[in-house]
Amino acid sequence: MSERASVPRAEEQPDEEHADEAEPVSTGAQSVVRALENAGTEFVFGVQGGAIMPVYDALYDSDITHVTMAHEQGASHAADAYGIVTGDPGVCFATSGPGATNLVTGIADASMDSDPVIALTGQVPTDFVGNDAFQETDTVGITQPITKESYFASHSDTVGDDVSEAFALADSGRQGPTLVDLPKDVTQGETEVEPKAPETPDTYEVQEEADDAAVQEAAEALADADRPVILSGGGVIKAEASSALREFAKEYEIPVITTMPGIGSFPEDHELSLEWAGMHGTGYANMAITNTDCMLAIGTRFDDRLTGGVDSFAPDADIVHVDIDPAEISKNVYADYPLIGDARKVLRQLFDAMPRAPAADEWREQCQDWKEEYPMEYDTPDDEPLKPQYVVERFSEVTPDDTIVCTGVGQHQMWASQFWEYTEPRTWVSSHGLGTMGYGVPAAIGAKLAAPDQEVVCFDGDGSFLMTVQGLSVAVRENLDITYVILNNEAVGMVRQWQDGFYEGRRMASEYPWIPQFDKLAEAFGARGFRLEDYGEVEETIQAARDYDGPSVIDAHIDPGENVFPMVPSGGDNGLFALEEDHLEML
Amino acid sequence: MPGPAPDERMRPEGRRNSQGIRVDPEAEVTHEPRQAVLSALVKHRPGVLAEVSGLFSRRQFNIESLTVGPTDDEDTARMTILIEEPEPGIEQAKKQLRKLVPVVEVTELEPAAVRRELALIKVDGEKPDDVNAVAEMYGGQAVDASTDSVTVEITGSKQKIDAAVDAFQQFDVREVVRTGAAALERGPTTLDNDD
Ligand SMILES: Cc1ncc(C[n+]2csc(CCOP(=O)(O)OP(=O)(O)O)c2C)c(N)n1
Repeated sequence: MSERASVPRAEEQPDEEHADEAEPVSTGAQSVVRALENAGTEFVFGVQGGAIMPVYDALYDSDITHVTMAHEQGASHAADAYGIVTGDPGVCFATSGPGATNLVTGIADASMDSDPVIALTGQVPTDFVGNDAFQETDTVGITQPITKESYFASHSDTVGDDVSEAFALADSGRQGPTLVDLPKDVTQGETEVEPKAPETPDTYEVQEEADDAAVQEAAEALADADRPVILSGGGVIKAEASSALREFAKEYEIPVITTMPGIGSFPEDHELSLEWAGMHGTGYANMAITNTDCMLAIGTRFDDRLTGGVDSFAPDADIVHVDIDPAEISKNVYADYPLIGDARKVLRQLFDAMPRAPAADEWREQCQDWKEEYPMEYDTPDDEPLKPQYVVERFSEVTPDDTIVCTGVGQHQMWASQFWEYTEPRTWVSSHGLGTMGYGVPAAIGAKLAAPDQEVVCFDGDGSFLMTVQGLSVAVRENLDITYVILNNEAVGMVRQWQDGFYEGRRMASEYPWIPQFDKLAEAFGARGFRLEDYGEVEETIQAARDYDGPSVIDAHIDPGENVFPMVPSGGDNGLFALEEDHLEML
Repeated sequence: MPGPAPDERMRPEGRRNSQGIRVDPEAEVTHEPRQAVLSALVKHRPGVLAEVSGLFSRRQFNIESLTVGPTDDEDTARMTILIEEPEPGIEQAKKQLRKLVPVVEVTELEPAAVRRELALIKVDGEKPDDVNAVAEMYGGQAVDASTDSVTVEITGSKQKIDAAVDAFQQFDVREVVRTGAAALERGPTTLDNDD
């Protein structure tokens, strides 16, 4: 069960009566759909096609809702967002060849962020496989490096089991994507075999609880620390460990930093919160990361956008690393105290094992001082073009705590993470590890369907929005109440920022003066469109877009000169973040 | 107004090396690569070799040889993988291997493990007796001969086969094929029962 913000999930119990009534399966395709039903699938995101057609035909008789996407990339992103918001696997379908390759970006994205996604792809009939048949690609070969496992279904009698297993695998241990490739003859073939209940393969073992002696040692190291911090990663949210984390941090009064995927795991309005660290994280979080002497890192893989150069990452700290995936231990940063297990369970173990709270009054004061010294600020003289941070902040202020924020990738993503105040898990839906432009439009669709009672807003860049703009047609058709806010700087702004900072301002291919009028484009799709240019209109435009019952697009023309700060240059030292352009030259 | 500039901020003393290990700034620790023999039991099914070799290439593990073949259990195959990496890389390779779904068991064999490689060496056939004599020196034997060529089979350690190939150069080596190492732990220990 998900710890998701406020709205209880609709009961997911399979309808008993219905289950009794269900016709026995007679084809492989029906067995595939039955496996999905058994696993509690609500939605499938996909696009039709020849090789997957038998599965769609079987879906015709199912209560599972199919959402036709405008592009398969959108199907995998929507499924990914669904997985983030609900905690249960999102499912996407595509046909063979180009359908499958279009899914790939979303699968890779899910893999980097450990999001539970199941991709079912059509394949040419078994006899044609390997012949370069029409719309054939080696989907298993292409996706193997970006899934927990890719299955090639070999027989109608077992295809349902393959899907059940893929489902269980995506959802257990460290979550992630799985794929089942479905040759057309296998799905068309006759079978009366009902799929087994979802179960992980026997070679897949997950250790849930950490070794008690190791927990004890780690707890003592933490209790002895003068400058302790908790670094809370995306794994905390995935393990439904946010409340355990809150209890732990509050009881032992340890400042909490999140990673970017960990946003929402600890309330940013709490005194102990230093918000998030990394390349564009807060100055105070990066100061604390750099100066801590003991870090309890939970469910994080120490991505380089977080650590900067590892040589300068928390260089004085003993590292207690909690992770469900043993391969993350000492992969990028050496763990002095490795604790393998489920974040929620290990946090409980640690809670009980702590001999005392660390004596860290001075350190906590120091952290508060850093908040004063390095506040998250921006200039807002009224005569300047609109500042993106202002739009994000105003929006954050008027929306409920459980509002879900989705983003594309770029500067807007950073502002949306910096200037929105997150207090609940599963309310921040963004592409971290892969950094996929175009994630926002379809992700918002998946998020809204996953949480119809929560408000959904997507901050997008003009470049990112254009990459998946066709998804608007889906939002309109499904009448999804999503507010898209394009922080429009007529550029791929993040690239331009790097060109200005590190390539002497040679703005090769980063300025987009030819972009469409997004408000009109929105209207052409059947959504509501707004154009926003002035400070004076911010509040009323946000309100009008929120009030509109359906998808709306605010084309916010922001100061094209605005850049994202603080900034740790790539591979740099977190403590040496630049607060402004001038600082970059000092680094 | 922004707070202190980068060079005026509180700074820690420590440092880590490129593997993320904290180091004494005076005595930088670097890990020299060493050779490790990994032995893995895997499900015997299509695609498993691609999965394992793909893992090694995309994670940039420096692989020396990889052999695979069936075991006494028809559902299981066994791979022997020689890698040369610094210590943390070897640990990572083992953990990443274990993560693959078709992998049942992974262990690193002791340096003393039994390790053998097979080579077939085809040389010029003008002096078959001399070729035979050299083959015998390396415990090998001729397995095929024609008027033009002799093919010799040698089994042994990598070093022994390297040396044999060198020795055969005098007869004009035309072709060599080597299997890469297969290895088993000495004594009664097996991959199934040791943990
Ligand atoms: C699919 C993809 N292509 C290219 C990039 C490289 N990239 C990273 S950020 C960025 C700029 C994004 O521009 P935009 O969406 O307009 O957002 P902004 O930075 O202007 O807010 C680019 C091109 C990427 N992350 N993803």
